[in-house]
Amino acid sequence: MRALPIACVVACLLPLAAWAGDDDRYVRIPGGTFTTALKYEDARGPAPVAAFAMMKRPVTNAEFLAFVKSKPLWASDRAPSVFAGPGYLDHWAEPRRLASSVQRVQPVTRVSWFAANAYCEAEGARLPRWIEWEYVAAADATRRDARSDPAWRERILGWYARPSSHALPRVGAEPANAYGVQDLHGVVWEWADDYSALLVSGDNRDQGDPDRARFCGAGALSMDDRDNYAVLMRVAMLSSLQGRDVTRNMGFRCVKDAR
Amino acid sequence: MRTMLLPWLAWFALAVPAQAATVPLPADSVYQSGAQLTDAHARRFAWREDRGQARIVTMLYTSCKFVCPMIVDTAMAIEQQLTADERAQLRVTMISLDPARDTPEALANMARERGIDTARWTLARPQPKDVRSIAGLLGVRYRALADGEFNHTTVLVLLDADGRIVARTERVGARPDPAFVAAVKRTLAH
Repeated sequence: MRALPIACVVACLLPLAAWAGDDDRYVRIPGGTFTTALKYEDARGPAPVAAFAMMKRPVTNAEFLAFVKSKPLWASDRAPSVFAGPGYLDHWAEPRRLASSVQRVQPVTRVSWFAANAYCEAEGARLPRWIEWEYVAAADATRRDARSDPAWRERILGWYARPSSHALPRVGAEPANAYGVQDLHGVVWEWADDYSALLVSGDNRDQGDPDRARFCGAGALSMDDRDNYAVLMRVAMLSSLQGRDVTRNMGFRCVKDAR
Repeated sequence: MRTMLLPWLAWFALAVPAQAATVPLPADSVYQSGAQLTDAHARRFAWREDRGQARIVTMLYTSCKFVCPMIVDTAMAIEQQLTADERAQLRVTMISLDPARDTPEALANMARERGIDTARWTLARPQPKDVRSIAGLLGVRYRALADGEFNHTTVLVLLDADGRIVARTERVGARPDPAFVAAVKRTLAH
């Protein structure tokens, strides 16, 4: 009896390993259908998510430093302010030197969407779309969608309740989720490719004024799952930022399309 | 001596205007972008070639039925409040959110239907990979809807000749934002 499930596990894992084999920082995420916690007026119910590969961990300061050294225009003393606002990488000792060895293994933060986008592009990848991030982040250690489990929600909320002035943990310290991805919760906020697609209706400052139609067409979003605070806060954060903005807790990871 | 000097002088005379065009872009210019655009005449150009004149820039898509026509109305209403001289100096660039469908033909159709003077106004589509970046530089937020429409913020952005954002308005309609019109006049007077 016991041999059968083991054989299955081995057989199931082998193709995954082979697929992501050229870069072990990425793990394969199988496609599926997924119901976002966001409520869109135009699209309801489960939506397909195509297979892709996602970085196991957020990009670290050491990795971003290597990028800055290879693409000098992204150093903090060279990057045009239109792409990287005040505070860009200002926690480093110098534009091309980290402040400490601890920083090497911490996730890079204080990076703008443009900088994160350029990093992923430079390695033939891209930023994850929101739906892809939410899809993978719905998993716990054993289930691909643990969102209905109140205990899982509580655990995640514990992190969001922690003051942002705490030192960042190193990447990879938390156990991997069912996909083999780490640090989706509990480490940093993360940029999404389509951060500016998250048009939260509460953001509509001019609702009463017919001359000031802020959105073209319907489709502003609201939350379908009001108990999913973790997602709510992520979306609120992303929808409040401009592409050049940096924050002390906003990092990123990349994804690659399935070949 | 003279034979050596003349070619040198000729080179210098040519080099001066060329040099003026290569003054480094300000760090806060949207023309730092490397995006390529294709206009209604199917002319492909780098967005940064738009440097040199003050512009109103906005994003829309041609199949949009409601707010996007109002964006065109708004830009026209702003121009109505300018003198003929001011109008002659101002440029308008409308960048598509929907490059898959906004072919040069679609853009040309829209220009014709709306009576747009394509000598001063540019309707253009970016490459699909650049739409989100251009929107990010202009502070435009958008999402493709399931039915092919787009949900987007309506923003008119005023750029100075070097591509720096001088003013922005989200007010569309026949009565344009007076502060924005004043900013256009101020920028053109520079």
